[in-house]
Amino acid sequence: MPDQLLFAMEVMLNGLMAGVLYALVALGFVLIFKASGIFNYSQGVMALFAALTLVGIQNGQVPFSHLINAIFGTEVHHFGWHVPAIFAILLTAAIMVLFAWIVERYVLRHLVNQPDIILFMATIGLAYFMEGFGDLMWGSEIKKLDVGLPQGINVPIDETTYGWFGYGFFIDNLDISATILAVILVVALTVFSQYSKQGRALRAVADDHQAALSVGISLRFIWVLVWSIAGFVALVAGIVWGSKSGVQFSLSLIALKALPVLMLGGFTSIPGAIIGGLIIGVGEKLFEFTIGPLVGGATENWFAYVLALLFLVFRPQGLFGEKIIERV
Amino acid sequence: MTSQTAQETTQDTDSFVTPDGRTIGGVIMEMKNITLRFGGVVAIQDISFDIREGEIRAIIGPNGAGKSSMLNVISGFYVPQDGEVWYHGARRPRMRPYQVAEQGIARTFQNIALFDGMSVLDNIMTGRLTMMKSNMLQQALWFGKAEREENAHREQVEKVIDFLEIQNIRKTPVGRLPYGLKKRVELARALAAEPKLLLLDEPMAGMNVEEKEDMSRFILDVNDEFGTTIALIEHDMGVVMDLSDRVVVMDYGKKIGDGTPDEVRGNQAVIDAYLGVAHD
Ligand SMILES: Nc1ncnc2c1ncn2[C@@H]1O[C@H](COP(=O)(O)OP(=O)(O)OP(=O)(O)O)[C@@H](O)[C@H]1O
Ligand SMILES: [Mg+2]
Repeated sequence: MPDQLLFAMEVMLNGLMAGVLYALVALGFVLIFKASGIFNYSQGVMALFAALTLVGIQNGQVPFSHLINAIFGTEVHHFGWHVPAIFAILLTAAIMVLFAWIVERYVLRHLVNQPDIILFMATIGLAYFMEGFGDLMWGSEIKKLDVGLPQGINVPIDETTYGWFGYGFFIDNLDISATILAVILVVALTVFSQYSKQGRALRAVADDHQAALSVGISLRFIWVLVWSIAGFVALVAGIVWGSKSGVQFSLSLIALKALPVLMLGGFTSIPGAIIGGLIIGVGEKLFEFTIGPLVGGATENWFAYVLALLFLVFRPQGLFGEKIIERV
Repeated sequence: MTSQTAQETTQDTDSFVTPDGRTIGGVIMEMKNITLRFGGVVAIQDISFDIREGEIRAIIGPNGAGKSSMLNVISGFYVPQDGEVWYHGARRPRMRPYQVAEQGIARTFQNIALFDGMSVLDNIMTGRLTMMKSNMLQQALWFGKAEREENAHREQVEKVIDFLEIQNIRKTPVGRLPYGLKKRVELARALAAEPKLLLLDEPMAGMNVEEKEDMSRFILDVNDEFGTTIALIEHDMGVVMDLSDRVVVMDYGKKIGDGTPDEVRGNQAVIDAYLGVAHD
């Protein structure tokens, strides 16, 4: 097999893995958008906040230590213990549920029946607030996150492909675990939404608010539930991204990469978010590999957005979104 | 006969048997001096009436009279500025629609509110949400109890489907159904909740004669077989006279008549409102 083709295959596989992360972030967007029509700008920051909190808890960091030290002239930074990853993850998940409750109680509840744009603006506010709050709570330095996911080159794949083609593929173990995590998450979400009482209520609310109320569904409970799930998805995205490149504030920027994913997949489709994420992941890596050298590289910065723009022109509802029909 | 005498004749007795042999019980719901305003518009003005157990109670009146608003007050969608709602002999505190639903009050809407993206079966299943017990974890893990419960609910839903004769469309996405069938599915979803009180906002609007006859038959059968108390809004006077035990007449947010169909038919204020004498 020609070398170029082998390289391209390897690039594609790596693209798939990168796409998983985009898909995870996009998934959080879709969940909230479907259930409430709110475009949650803060989804990326939620991932950042979850990752910061997870690292903080794991390392026994004292929250708000800068603030405490500044006010009381103390020098506290660490509790001096180390929390096992699994407990830290559970605790962080609980905090994301608390966060969902706070968002419903203090933001959404006061904005019911407001135009979508107002709600969107509120989530922008929420994003900046959380970024600042995360900074205040855990500090702004880059942190290393290790919850025990395997890292480094996957040797069996390297050796097998070497045996077949005389060229070993470099696939990171972390990417493989991320993919497995994402698959588990999506399967769990699907089972939950199809077969559980709360999942059925969630689908009902996504379909028609009035009808949902009439069959005895509490909208407030559903908002908390859906934001909790989105928080949980954000936590998974935060773990994957944080393990890969450290927990840093640029994490919130992957939210921007989720936008083109949504335009491809459609804002209301869970499979759309997954496939859209994979297409963008593979697309931008392959494009960089083939066309990049001709145009001086760095195409990954803009490829996704241009692709999304093309979709906006030719298929505005995305690959899987519901057809947009304007009633007159 | 005036509305006052009509009320007096029914208020004191605790239960009685109608000419067609159904037993009407005591008062289960009572609206006391309800007033509802939207800005300057007074949709309901100081209206009182009651609903008795097992009866079919109609609310009629010209367009914009405030009929739907009244149903919305009962089901918790609108909160009146004034007045009290009494249910099963106790004053009901302010409630959200989902809490009203949990109390055994189901409803349909004038402009149909179904889950268009779901199948007929799934739509009707949502009617049983308030009765589902298994907690989230059991459901997520699909333990035996949750599965048994799901099957029990499925059985009940199948009964409703047979009852309303919609077996052949159970897997169809609701969005694709014609109007008349949508109305029927909406009724099915309300029935799936096994309500004590069923509120129907113009269940026959926009239907042809044949569909209306079917719907009338279903409403009578529900009332007869399950003893469900029904409050319905309807424009077709013929239908109202055939179906209902007692009728409330509204016009411009006020109650202008209350009594049996015959009493109401002879009421001058009602005749005027329908012929447009009072305000034209
Ligand atoms: N949500 C609302 N906001 C503002 N005004 C409302 C609202 N709902 C009802 N109204 C007003 O209250 C009055 C009564 O309306 P309602 O829908 O109860 O009448 P109706 O008797 O059901 O009429 P129809 O036979 O046309 O259905 C109308 O003037 C209507 O415009
Ligand atoms: Mg109406």
